[in-house]
Amino acid sequence: MRTWLRQHRQAFAAALGKLAAQKATGMVSALVIGVALALPTGGYALLDGVRALTGRMALDPQLSVFLRGDVKRADAGALAARIKADPRVAALRFVPRELALKELAAVEGLSDVVGALERNPLPDAFVLRSRDPDPQTIDALAADLRREPAVEHVQADAGWARRLAALARLARLAVLLLAALLAFGLVAVTFNTIRLQILTQRDEIAVSKLIGATDAFIRRPFFYVGLLQGLGGGLLALAIVWVGLGLLNVQVAALAATYGTNFRFAFLSRSDALAVVLFAAGLGWLGAYLSVSRYLREIQPK
Amino acid sequence: MICSPSSRATSSRRCLISFSRVSKRYPGGQEVLKDVSFVINAGELAFLTGPSGAGKSTLLKLIPAIERPSAGSVVVNGQNVGALRPAAIPFLRRHLGLVFQDQKLLYDRSVYDNVMLPLSFSGLAPREAARRARAALDKVGLLARERANPVQLSGGEQQRVAIARAVVNRPTLLIADEPTANLDEESALRILEIFLAFHQVGVTVLIATHDQVLVTRFGQRVLRLAGGRLVDAAVGA
Repeated sequence: MRTWLRQHRQAFAAALGKLAAQKATGMVSALVIGVALALPTGGYALLDGVRALTGRMALDPQLSVFLRGDVKRADAGALAARIKADPRVAALRFVPRELALKELAAVEGLSDVVGALERNPLPDAFVLRSRDPDPQTIDALAADLRREPAVEHVQADAGWARRLAALARLARLAVLLLAALLAFGLVAVTFNTIRLQILTQRDEIAVSKLIGATDAFIRRPFFYVGLLQGLGGGLLALAIVWVGLGLLNVQVAALAATYGTNFRFAFLSRSDALAVVLFAAGLGWLGAYLSVSRYLREIQPK
Repeated sequence: MICSPSSRATSSRRCLISFSRVSKRYPGGQEVLKDVSFVINAGELAFLTGPSGAGKSTLLKLIPAIERPSAGSVVVNGQNVGALRPAAIPFLRRHLGLVFQDQKLLYDRSVYDNVMLPLSFSGLAPREAARRARAALDKVGLLARERANPVQLSGGEQQRVAIARAVVNRPTLLIADEPTANLDEESALRILEIFLAFHQVGVTVLIATHDQVLVTRFGQRVLRLAGGRLVDAAVGA
């Protein structure tokens, strides 16, 4: 057991030595792996954010009801009371046209436009929430509301939220496919760097075999090199995604503020981040394994 | 004379290497060794001589299973090495000390690290490994050059590093292929004296050389190869 541990420690040290001897190659490989992995990882983080957003919308099924411009405030109040009485409606907020204009003017860049208007073009509106988030209930409610003579237009937010969710599912599949594709790339990159290392250390390997090194002993450091390269690439990918999301969030925060939310793209959860790193390390090991099995056999002492 | 595992226990001078009716034909080539039989006992020193192309190198390569015989059996220390599983070969080689004509040193590391190489395979404790490596370098008179790179050394010194690397695992059998080739006579004599010293402490030594002068001077047993056949396996004076 102690010998086994010592041999692994030696192999690990040898792997570090091999990496140190080829700093540039090792770093470029880790960089390639990192950038390649950052794409699906970043995509995953973005989609996770979008999914959280659409999920919140779908769970918070809002309907916007816009009234005709000529509807009297008193009639609007009566309609509001009637709608509120509907058991399907959980909450209702009346947005008078003046308030809507004021909210619009508060949006950056629009105050001048609003100021230039001769009269308020906005209608009175209700924002109501359905008690049941089920799309069918919401569609039925929207249809009923459309039949009201005072109602000009009903917009069910859940509709586009559903479409967005479907789109997000599609994008998720695309990210998975991309990840699978790049995983192959990562294995190929490791395969190649290990192949180059084996070729440059041909003499050492041949002599070692000649004087009694087991295949396992010769293989071990290369496995560690692959593992470490994958690990480095995985960590680099996380760093790239972290910085990228940070930059993105600066803009997202400004945009979200205009919508009155404080939405941010969250970094990967701890377990997801760990999974990315372990996955990368595993792929590095696999690349090394394939390369070593393919090329070490060719080196036979003569 | 057949060297079998059982004869090891019975004979007083047990045989360490036994070739019986060994032939070796390379794929597509002609027969390099033809029906070679001989025995080398533990503790013996023997020279393998013959002109270039007589099959000396091939014969030596059969012992550490670098090559396998086409026919016949090669038994080393009771093991039929021709039939050894590939996974068992490294462990056979660890018990042999091999010195090659071209030294096969690694020029990307110091003399000391070259000698340490075989010890790294066996997972020896670092302190013990360092002690053994220094002892081996001391025996070949190169302890003072342990930090040097092999390229800085003369041909004779490089050959001595190769010997140090071969003996660092304390093998019972030392095999050398033309260890004095390309060396001046003084360096060659020095190399042979080192082998003789190992022989005197009980190590079995087999040296292939085409230098007849050196062989006769040492008066040891000579195996003479010609055209792939053993023509003379007499015990020397």
